[in-house]
Amino acid sequence: MSLRIPCPTCGDRSVHEFVHGEIRRVPDHLTDPDERDLDFAFNHDNEEGVVAERWFHAQGCRRWFEIRRDTTTDRIVEAEES
Amino acid sequence: MNEFVERQMKLTWRPPKKSYDVVIVGAGGHGLATAYYLATRHGMSNVAVFERGYIGGGNSGRNTTIIRANYGIPAAVRFYQRSVDLYRGLEEETGRWLMHQQKGILWMAHSQAAVRAERMRAKLNTEFGAQTEWVEPRQVRELCPELDIEGGGRWPVLGASYHPQGATARHDRVVWALAEGAMERGAHVHQNTPVEGLVLDGERVTGVRTAAGDVAAGAVVSAVGGHVSRIAAMAGLRLPIRTHRLQAFVTNHYQQQFGPIVASSELFFYASQTARGEMLLGAEIDPQPSFSYRSSHDFVQDVCRRALCLLPFMSNLRVLRQWTGVCDMSPDYSPIMGQTGVNGFYLTTGWGTWGFKAIPAGGEQMAELIATGEVPELIAPFGLDRFARDRTMADRGSAGTH
Repeated sequence: MSLRIPCPTCGDRSVHEFVHGEIRRVPDHLTDPDERDLDFAFNHDNEEGVVAERWFHAQGCRRWFEIRRDTTTDRIVEAEES
Repeated sequence: MNEFVERQMKLTWRPPKKSYDVVIVGAGGHGLATAYYLATRHGMSNVAVFERGYIGGGNSGRNTTIIRANYGIPAAVRFYQRSVDLYRGLEEETGRWLMHQQKGILWMAHSQAAVRAERMRAKLNTEFGAQTEWVEPRQVRELCPELDIEGGGRWPVLGASYHPQGATARHDRVVWALAEGAMERGAHVHQNTPVEGLVLDGERVTGVRTAAGDVAAGAVVSAVGGHVSRIAAMAGLRLPIRTHRLQAFVTNHYQQQFGPIVASSELFFYASQTARGEMLLGAEIDPQPSFSYRSSHDFVQDVCRRALCLLPFMSNLRVLRQWTGVCDMSPDYSPIMGQTGVNGFYLTTGWGTWGFKAIPAGGEQMAELIATGEVPELIAPFGLDRFARDRTMADRGSAGTH
Protein backbone atom coordinates (compact mmCIF):
# COMPACT_ATOMS: atom_id res chain seq x y z
CA MET A 1 0.00 0.00 0.00
CA SER A 2 1.29 3.36 -0.79
CA LEU A 3 0.93 6.38 1.40
CA ARG A 4 -2.50 8.02 1.09
CA ILE A 5 -2.76 11.70 1.92
CA PRO A 6 -6.10 12.90 3.33
CA CYS A 7 -6.91 15.98 1.25
CA PRO A 8 -9.66 18.01 2.96
CA THR A 9 -11.35 18.65 -0.40
CA CYS A 10 -10.70 15.49 -2.40
CA GLY A 11 -10.46 12.83 0.29
CA ASP A 12 -7.74 10.16 0.56
CA ARG A 13 -5.57 10.24 -2.54
CA SER A 14 -2.21 8.68 -3.50
CA VAL A 15 0.88 10.53 -2.35
CA HIS A 16 1.99 10.89 -5.98
CA GLU A 17 -0.65 13.54 -6.57
CA PHE A 18 0.87 15.80 -3.92
CA VAL A 19 3.88 18.00 -3.37
CA HIS A 20 5.41 17.86 0.08
CA GLY A 21 6.05 21.11 1.91
CA GLU A 22 8.10 21.36 5.04
CA ILE A 23 7.24 23.91 7.73
CA ARG A 24 10.63 25.49 8.35
CA ARG A 25 11.41 26.64 11.84
CA VAL A 26 14.59 28.38 12.86
CA PRO A 27 15.36 27.75 16.54
CA ASP A 28 14.98 30.76 18.82
CA HIS A 29 18.44 30.40 20.32
CA LEU A 30 19.90 31.59 17.02
CA THR A 31 19.88 35.39 17.24
CA ASP A 32 22.43 36.53 14.67
CA PRO A 33 20.44 37.39 11.48
CA ASP A 34 23.07 35.78 9.19
CA GLU A 35 23.03 32.59 11.23
CA ARG A 36 19.24 32.56 11.10
CA ASP A 37 19.30 32.97 7.30
CA LEU A 38 21.84 30.19 6.94
CA ASP A 39 19.79 27.89 9.13
CA PHE A 40 16.63 28.71 7.21
CA ALA A 41 18.33 28.06 3.88
CA PHE A 42 19.88 24.70 4.67
CA ASN A 43 19.11 23.08 8.00
CA HIS A 44 16.18 20.84 8.82
CA ASP A 45 14.63 19.56 12.03
CA ASN A 46 14.47 16.10 10.43
CA GLU A 47 12.44 14.93 13.39
CA GLU A 48 11.61 11.34 14.20
CA GLY A 49 8.04 11.28 15.40
CA VAL A 50 4.92 13.34 14.76
CA VAL A 51 5.62 16.41 12.61
CA ALA A 52 3.34 19.09 11.21
CA GLU A 53 3.79 19.53 7.49
CA ARG A 54 2.06 21.06 4.51
CA TRP A 55 1.03 19.28 1.34
CA PHE A 56 -0.06 20.76 -1.99
CA HIS A 57 -2.58 18.76 -3.97
CA ALA A 58 -0.93 19.45 -7.34
CA GLN A 59 -2.99 16.94 -9.34
CA GLY A 60 -6.27 17.64 -7.57
CA CYS A 61 -7.82 20.71 -5.98
CA ARG A 62 -4.49 22.58 -6.04
CA ARG A 63 -4.77 23.73 -2.46
CA TRP A 64 -2.31 23.72 0.39
CA PHE A 65 -3.33 22.08 3.64
CA GLU A 66 -1.66 20.97 6.83
CA ILE A 67 -1.44 17.49 8.27
CA ARG A 68 0.42 15.83 11.11
CA ARG A 69 2.32 12.70 10.21
CA ASP A 70 4.44 10.29 12.23
CA THR A 71 7.72 10.06 10.28
CA THR A 72 8.67 6.78 11.93
CA THR A 73 5.58 4.94 10.69
CA ASP A 74 4.16 7.27 7.98
CA ARG A 75 0.82 7.21 9.80
CA ILE A 76 -1.27 10.39 9.38
CA VAL A 77 -2.25 11.60 12.82
CA GLU A 78 -4.86 14.21 11.94
CA ALA A 79 -5.72 16.50 9.06
CA GLU A 80 -6.95 20.06 9.12
CA GLU A 81 -7.50 22.75 6.53
CA SER A 82 -5.33 25.84 6.75
CA MET B 1 24.71 -12.07 12.11
CA ASN B 2 24.15 -15.67 11.18
CA GLU B 3 26.02 -18.72 12.41
CA PHE B 4 27.68 -19.29 9.08
CA VAL B 5 29.40 -15.93 9.26
CA GLU B 6 30.37 -16.44 12.90
CA ARG B 7 32.01 -19.74 11.95
CA GLN B 8 33.73 -18.50 8.84
CA MET B 9 35.01 -15.14 9.94
CA LYS B 10 37.50 -14.31 12.65
CA LEU B 11 35.24 -12.02 14.61
CA THR B 12 36.17 -11.63 18.26
CA TRP B 13 33.55 -10.00 20.45
CA ARG B 14 34.94 -8.28 23.51
CA PRO B 15 33.18 -6.38 26.30
CA PRO B 16 33.35 -2.57 26.05
CA LYS B 17 36.25 -0.83 27.74
CA LYS B 18 35.92 2.39 29.77
CA SER B 19 37.87 4.42 27.27
CA TYR B 20 39.02 4.38 23.65
CA ASP B 21 41.08 6.66 21.43
CA VAL B 22 38.29 6.74 18.87
CA VAL B 23 34.63 5.81 19.18
CA ILE B 24 32.66 5.33 15.99
CA VAL B 25 28.87 5.38 16.10
CA GLY B 26 27.32 3.00 13.60
CA ALA B 27 28.78 -0.32 12.37
CA GLY B 28 27.79 0.03 8.77
CA GLY B 29 30.14 0.25 5.83
CA HIS B 30 31.46 3.72 6.60
CA GLY B 31 31.90 3.16 10.32
CA LEU B 32 33.69 -0.16 9.88
CA ALA B 33 35.81 1.16 7.00
CA THR B 34 36.94 4.03 9.22
CA ALA B 35 37.91 1.53 11.94
CA TYR B 36 39.57 -0.72 9.36
CA TYR B 37 41.70 2.04 7.85
CA LEU B 38 42.57 3.47 11.29
CA ALA B 39 43.92 0.01 12.19
CA THR B 40 45.64 -0.84 8.91
CA ARG B 41 46.98 2.54 7.76
CA HIS B 42 47.57 4.40 10.99
CA GLY B 43 48.15 1.63 13.55
CA MET B 44 45.28 2.90 15.70
CA SER B 45 43.50 -0.09 17.15
CA ASN B 46 42.20 1.33 20.43
CA VAL B 47 38.98 1.97 18.55
CA ALA B 48 35.38 0.93 19.22
CA VAL B 49 32.43 0.81 16.90
CA PHE B 50 29.03 0.97 18.60
CA GLU B 51 26.01 -0.35 16.77
CA ARG B 52 22.41 -0.32 17.92
CA GLY B 53 21.50 -3.37 15.80
CA TYR B 54 23.88 -5.73 14.04
CA ILE B 55 26.76 -4.93 11.73
CA GLY B 56 25.70 -3.93 8.25
CA GLY B 57 22.05 -4.09 9.24
CA GLY B 58 21.16 -0.55 8.23
CA ASN B 59 21.66 0.99 4.85
CA SER B 60 24.75 -1.14 4.19
CA GLY B 61 22.35 -4.05 3.93
CA ARG B 62 19.68 -2.18 2.01
CA ASN B 63 21.44 -0.65 -0.96
CA THR B 64 21.86 -1.77 -4.56
CA THR B 65 25.64 -2.33 -4.32
CA ILE B 66 26.66 -0.32 -7.36
CA ILE B 67 30.23 0.97 -7.49
CA ARG B 68 31.04 3.73 -9.99
CA ALA B 69 32.83 7.05 -10.25
CA ASN B 70 31.02 8.81 -13.11
CA TYR B 71 29.98 11.83 -11.09
CA GLY B 72 29.31 15.34 -12.29
CA ILE B 73 31.77 17.60 -10.47
CA PRO B 74 35.58 17.29 -10.38
CA ALA B 75 35.92 16.84 -6.60
CA ALA B 76 33.33 14.06 -6.60
CA VAL B 77 34.87 12.27 -9.60
CA ARG B 78 38.27 12.25 -7.88
CA PHE B 79 36.81 11.03 -4.59
CA TYR B 80 34.67 8.23 -6.06
CA GLN B 81 37.50 7.16 -8.39
CA ARG B 82 39.64 6.66 -5.29
CA SER B 83 36.85 4.47 -3.94
CA VAL B 84 36.59 2.45 -7.16
CA ASP B 85 40.36 1.86 -7.02
CA LEU B 86 40.28 0.81 -3.37
CA TYR B 87 37.36 -1.56 -4.02
CA ARG B 88 39.35 -3.26 -6.77
CA GLY B 89 42.16 -4.03 -4.35
CA LEU B 90 39.98 -4.79 -1.35
CA GLU B 91 39.59 -8.53 -2.00
CA GLU B 92 43.34 -9.04 -2.12
CA GLU B 93 43.90 -6.74 0.83
CA THR B 94 41.34 -8.35 3.15
CA GLY B 95 41.82 -11.88 1.82
CA ARG B 96 38.05 -12.25 1.52
CA TRP B 97 36.03 -12.81 -1.61
CA LEU B 98 33.72 -9.82 -1.85
CA MET B 99 32.08 -10.96 -5.10
CA HIS B 100 33.40 -7.79 -6.68
CA GLN B 101 32.55 -7.89 -10.34
CA GLN B 102 33.39 -5.24 -12.89
CA LYS B 103 30.50 -4.96 -15.33
CA GLY B 104 30.50 -1.47 -16.76
CA ILE B 105 27.63 0.92 -16.47
CA LEU B 106 25.58 2.32 -19.35
CA TRP B 107 23.82 5.61 -18.72
CA MET B 108 21.15 6.07 -21.38
CA ALA B 109 20.15 9.30 -23.07
CA HIS B 110 16.67 9.54 -24.58
CA SER B 111 16.58 13.20 -25.56
CA GLN B 112 18.94 15.73 -27.08
CA ALA B 113 19.27 17.42 -23.68
CA ALA B 114 20.33 14.13 -22.12
CA VAL B 115 22.73 13.46 -25.00
CA ARG B 116 24.45 16.76 -24.24
CA ALA B 117 24.50 16.01 -20.51
CA GLU B 118 25.94 12.51 -20.96
CA ARG B 119 28.56 13.67 -23.50
CA MET B 120 29.60 16.37 -21.08
CA ARG B 121 29.73 13.88 -18.26
CA ALA B 122 31.92 11.53 -20.31
CA LYS B 123 34.38 14.35 -21.02
CA LEU B 124 34.45 15.59 -17.45
CA ASN B 125 34.89 12.09 -16.00
CA THR B 126 37.77 11.28 -18.33
CA GLU B 127 39.41 14.61 -17.56
CA PHE B 128 39.41 13.92 -13.83
CA GLY B 129 40.43 10.28 -13.89
CA ALA B 130 37.26 8.20 -14.23
CA GLN B 131 37.27 6.55 -17.62
CA THR B 132 33.93 7.21 -19.36
CA GLU B 133 33.12 7.34 -23.04
CA TRP B 134 30.15 8.32 -25.15
CA VAL B 135 28.80 5.33 -27.10
CA GLU B 136 26.42 5.37 -30.06
CA PRO B 137 23.22 3.24 -30.13
CA ARG B 138 24.95 0.56 -32.22
CA GLN B 139 27.60 0.05 -29.53
CA VAL B 140 24.95 0.17 -26.83
CA ARG B 141 23.23 -2.73 -28.52
CA GLU B 142 26.48 -4.69 -28.57
CA LEU B 143 27.14 -4.01 -24.90
CA CYS B 144 23.62 -4.93 -23.84
CA PRO B 145 21.67 -6.94 -26.43
CA GLU B 146 18.61 -7.16 -24.15
CA LEU B 147 17.97 -3.43 -24.46
CA ASP B 148 15.15 -2.25 -26.67
CA ILE B 149 16.98 0.49 -28.55
CA GLU B 150 13.63 1.94 -29.63
CA GLY B 151 12.64 2.25 -25.96
CA GLY B 152 9.13 1.02 -26.72
CA GLY B 153 8.77 3.92 -29.16
CA ARG B 154 8.62 6.54 -26.44
CA TRP B 155 12.16 6.39 -25.02
CA PRO B 156 14.58 5.75 -27.91
CA VAL B 157 18.19 5.23 -26.84
CA LEU B 158 20.12 8.00 -28.60
CA GLY B 159 23.35 6.83 -27.03
CA ALA B 160 24.84 6.39 -23.61
CA SER B 161 27.80 7.30 -21.49
CA TYR B 162 29.70 4.09 -20.79
CA HIS B 163 31.76 3.80 -17.64
CA PRO B 164 33.62 0.48 -17.91
CA GLN B 165 34.74 0.51 -14.27
CA GLY B 166 31.18 0.29 -13.02
CA ALA B 167 30.99 -2.72 -10.70
CA THR B 168 28.97 -4.46 -8.04
CA ALA B 169 30.04 -6.26 -4.87
CA ARG B 170 28.28 -8.27 -2.21
CA HIS B 171 27.25 -5.78 0.47
CA ASP B 172 27.46 -8.00 3.55
CA ARG B 173 30.75 -9.51 2.50
CA VAL B 174 32.16 -5.99 2.33
CA VAL B 175 31.03 -5.06 5.85
CA TRP B 176 32.05 -8.44 7.29
CA ALA B 177 35.49 -8.25 5.71
CA LEU B 178 36.04 -4.73 7.06
CA ALA B 179 34.78 -5.75 10.51
CA GLU B 180 37.06 -8.77 10.52
CA GLY B 181 40.05 -6.73 9.36
CA ALA B 182 39.49 -4.14 12.08
CA MET B 183 38.78 -6.68 14.83
CA GLU B 184 41.80 -8.83 13.99
CA ARG B 185 43.94 -5.78 14.66
CA GLY B 186 42.32 -5.09 18.01
CA ALA B 187 39.39 -2.81 17.28
CA HIS B 188 36.18 -3.53 19.18
CA VAL B 189 32.74 -3.80 17.61
CA HIS B 190 29.79 -3.70 20.03
CA GLN B 191 26.51 -4.82 18.54
CA ASN B 192 23.13 -4.20 20.19
CA THR B 193 24.64 -1.25 22.03
CA PRO B 194 22.85 1.95 21.05
CA VAL B 195 24.54 5.26 21.69
CA GLU B 196 22.05 7.23 23.76
CA GLY B 197 23.97 10.45 24.21
CA LEU B 198 27.29 12.21 23.98
CA VAL B 199 29.44 13.19 26.93
CA LEU B 200 30.30 16.86 26.65
CA ASP B 201 32.98 18.74 28.51
CA GLY B 202 32.14 22.35 27.79
CA GLU B 203 32.33 22.68 24.01
CA ARG B 204 34.16 19.40 23.54
CA VAL B 205 32.81 15.91 22.98
CA THR B 206 34.71 13.56 25.27
CA GLY B 207 32.75 10.34 25.05
CA VAL B 208 29.49 8.56 24.44
CA ARG B 209 26.61 7.39 26.65
CA THR B 210 25.69 3.88 25.67
CA ALA B 211 23.34 1.25 26.93
CA ALA B 212 26.46 -0.35 28.44
CA GLY B 213 27.50 2.81 30.34
CA ASP B 214 29.62 5.87 29.60
CA VAL B 215 32.67 5.40 27.42
CA ALA B 216 35.38 8.05 27.14
CA ALA B 217 36.79 8.80 23.71
CA GLY B 218 39.51 11.00 22.26
CA ALA B 219 37.36 11.45 19.18
CA VAL B 220 33.77 10.53 18.36
CA VAL B 221 32.79 9.84 14.77
CA SER B 222 29.18 9.63 13.68
CA ALA B 223 28.92 7.18 10.80
CA VAL B 224 25.21 6.76 11.36
CA GLY B 225 22.87 6.31 8.45
CA GLY B 226 19.29 7.48 8.77
CA HIS B 227 19.33 8.91 12.27
CA VAL B 228 22.27 11.28 12.06
CA SER B 229 20.22 14.37 12.91
CA ARG B 230 19.51 12.83 16.31
CA ILE B 231 23.19 12.08 16.98
CA ALA B 232 24.24 15.56 15.81
CA ALA B 233 21.62 17.18 18.05
CA MET B 234 23.34 15.51 21.02
CA ALA B 235 26.37 17.66 20.16
CA GLY B 236 24.16 20.73 19.71
CA LEU B 237 24.41 20.69 15.92
CA ARG B 238 21.70 21.18 13.33
CA LEU B 239 22.34 19.48 10.02
CA PRO B 240 21.32 20.23 6.44
CA ILE B 241 19.91 16.71 6.21
CA ARG B 242 16.48 15.32 5.46
CA THR B 243 15.90 11.60 5.65
CA HIS B 244 13.95 9.92 2.86
CA ARG B 245 13.16 6.34 2.02
CA LEU B 246 14.74 4.61 -0.94
CA GLN B 247 13.21 1.40 -2.18
CA ALA B 248 14.54 -1.39 -4.35
CA PHE B 249 13.49 -4.86 -5.39
CA VAL B 250 14.72 -8.01 -7.11
CA THR B 251 13.01 -10.36 -9.52
CA ASN B 252 13.42 -14.11 -9.78
CA HIS B 253 16.51 -15.16 -11.70
CA TYR B 254 17.06 -14.36 -15.33
CA GLN B 255 18.77 -17.33 -16.87
CA GLN B 256 21.06 -15.48 -19.24
CA GLN B 257 23.92 -13.42 -18.02
CA PHE B 258 22.92 -9.79 -18.12
CA GLY B 259 26.14 -7.87 -18.78
CA PRO B 260 26.33 -4.27 -17.68
CA ILE B 261 24.52 -2.10 -15.17
CA VAL B 262 21.89 -0.06 -16.98
CA ALA B 263 20.67 3.33 -15.84
CA SER B 264 18.51 6.05 -17.23
CA SER B 265 18.15 9.41 -15.55
CA GLU B 266 15.14 10.30 -17.70
CA LEU B 267 13.24 7.11 -16.92
CA PHE B 268 14.52 7.27 -13.33
CA PHE B 269 15.58 3.71 -12.79
CA TYR B 270 18.65 1.51 -12.80
CA ALA B 271 19.00 -2.23 -13.18
CA SER B 272 21.72 -4.79 -12.71
CA GLN B 273 21.97 -8.53 -12.26
CA THR B 274 22.95 -9.95 -8.87
CA ALA B 275 25.34 -12.88 -8.55
CA ARG B 276 22.31 -15.12 -8.06
CA GLY B 277 20.95 -14.02 -11.40
CA GLU B 278 18.16 -11.88 -10.04
CA MET B 279 17.47 -8.57 -11.74
CA LEU B 280 17.87 -5.81 -9.19
CA LEU B 281 15.98 -2.58 -9.77
CA GLY B 282 16.12 0.72 -8.00
CA ALA B 283 14.77 4.17 -8.64
CA GLU B 284 14.20 7.49 -6.94
CA ILE B 285 13.65 8.31 -3.28
CA ASP B 286 10.14 8.65 -1.87
CA PRO B 287 8.93 12.28 -1.89
CA GLN B 288 8.24 12.73 1.81
CA PRO B 289 10.84 12.64 4.61
CA SER B 290 10.43 9.40 6.50
CA PHE B 291 12.25 6.98 8.78
CA SER B 292 9.89 4.13 8.08
CA TYR B 293 11.19 0.93 6.49
CA ARG B 294 7.87 0.19 4.81
CA SER B 295 7.87 -0.58 1.10
CA SER B 296 5.04 0.30 -1.22
CA HIS B 297 3.36 -1.53 -4.03
CA ASP B 298 3.10 1.44 -6.34
CA PHE B 299 6.87 1.78 -6.25
CA VAL B 300 7.20 -1.65 -7.84
CA GLN B 301 4.41 -0.84 -10.27
CA ASP B 302 5.97 2.47 -11.31
CA VAL B 303 9.50 1.17 -11.70
CA CYS B 304 8.36 -1.90 -13.66
CA ARG B 305 6.37 0.30 -16.01
CA ARG B 306 9.43 2.43 -16.71
CA ALA B 307 11.98 -0.38 -16.79
CA LEU B 308 9.94 -2.42 -19.27
CA CYS B 309 10.27 0.41 -21.80
CA LEU B 310 13.97 -0.37 -22.05
CA LEU B 311 14.17 -3.99 -20.90
CA PRO B 312 11.06 -5.71 -22.26
CA PHE B 313 12.41 -9.20 -21.46
CA MET B 314 11.68 -8.51 -17.81
CA SER B 315 7.96 -8.85 -18.41
CA ASN B 316 8.53 -12.61 -17.96
CA LEU B 317 10.10 -12.18 -14.55
CA ARG B 318 8.39 -11.97 -11.21
CA VAL B 319 9.17 -9.69 -8.28
CA LEU B 320 10.61 -11.72 -5.42
CA ARG B 321 11.65 -9.32 -2.70
CA GLN B 322 11.38 -5.66 -1.96
CA TRP B 323 13.10 -3.59 0.68
CA THR B 324 13.66 -0.06 1.89
CA GLY B 325 16.51 1.95 3.30
CA VAL B 326 16.44 5.41 4.81
CA CYS B 327 18.75 7.90 3.16
CA ASP B 328 20.24 11.07 4.60
CA MET B 329 19.82 13.56 1.78
CA SER B 330 21.99 16.67 1.76
CA PRO B 331 20.70 19.75 -0.08
CA ASP B 332 23.43 19.58 -2.75
CA TYR B 333 23.38 15.78 -3.18
CA SER B 334 26.98 15.44 -2.02
CA PRO B 335 28.26 13.79 1.15
CA ILE B 336 29.27 15.67 4.29
CA MET B 337 32.56 14.52 5.78
CA GLY B 338 34.96 15.91 8.28
CA GLN B 339 35.12 18.16 11.32
CA THR B 340 32.00 19.77 12.64
CA GLY B 341 33.05 22.84 14.58
CA VAL B 342 32.47 20.87 17.79
CA ASN B 343 35.83 19.68 19.14
CA GLY B 344 36.31 15.94 19.13
CA PHE B 345 33.21 15.27 17.03
CA TYR B 346 33.46 14.15 13.41
CA LEU B 347 30.77 13.41 10.87
CA THR B 348 30.53 11.22 7.84
CA THR B 349 26.99 11.60 6.60
CA GLY B 350 24.84 12.84 3.76
CA TRP B 351 25.44 9.52 2.06
CA GLY B 352 21.97 9.70 0.58
CA THR B 353 21.69 7.19 -2.21
CA TRP B 354 25.43 7.01 -2.99
CA GLY B 355 26.95 5.56 0.19
CA PHE B 356 27.93 2.01 -0.75
CA LYS B 357 30.29 2.95 -3.57
CA ALA B 358 32.10 5.35 -1.25
CA ILE B 359 32.73 2.95 1.63
CA PRO B 360 36.50 2.40 1.20
CA ALA B 361 37.40 5.97 0.23
CA GLY B 362 35.11 7.46 2.87
CA GLY B 363 36.66 5.24 5.54
CA GLU B 364 40.20 5.84 4.36
CA GLN B 365 39.84 9.61 4.27
CA MET B 366 38.01 9.83 7.61
CA ALA B 367 40.71 7.63 9.18
CA GLU B 368 43.40 9.93 7.82
CA LEU B 369 41.59 12.99 9.15
CA ILE B 370 41.23 11.49 12.64
CA ALA B 371 44.77 10.08 12.78
CA THR B 372 46.59 13.14 11.48
CA GLY B 373 44.21 15.91 12.51
CA GLU B 374 44.52 17.43 9.06
CA VAL B 375 41.73 17.44 6.51
CA PRO B 376 42.82 15.33 3.51
CA GLU B 377 42.70 17.19 0.21
CA LEU B 378 40.30 14.66 -1.30
CA ILE B 379 37.51 15.41 1.18
CA ALA B 380 38.29 19.05 1.99
CA PRO B 381 35.50 20.31 -0.34
CA PHE B 382 32.94 18.10 1.42
CA GLY B 383 33.11 19.68 4.89
CA LEU B 384 30.00 20.69 6.81
CA ASP B 385 31.17 24.32 6.68
CA ARG B 386 30.73 24.47 2.90
CA PHE B 387 27.14 25.67 3.31
CA ALA B 388 28.15 28.67 5.41
CA ARG B 389 31.00 29.42 3.01
CA ASP B 390 28.64 29.34 0.02
CA ARG B 391 30.64 26.50 -1.55
CA THR B 392 27.97 23.85 -2.03
CA MET B 393 28.87 20.85 -4.18
CA ALA B 394 25.78 20.57 -6.35
CA ASP B 395 25.75 17.18 -8.03
CA ARG B 396 22.13 16.17 -8.21
CA GLY B 397 22.30 14.83 -11.76
CA SER B 398 24.85 12.16 -10.84
CA ALA B 399 22.88 10.50 -8.11
CA GLY B 400 20.79 8.74 -10.72
CA THR B 401 17.87 8.64 -8.35
CA HIS B 402 16.25 12.03 -8.80
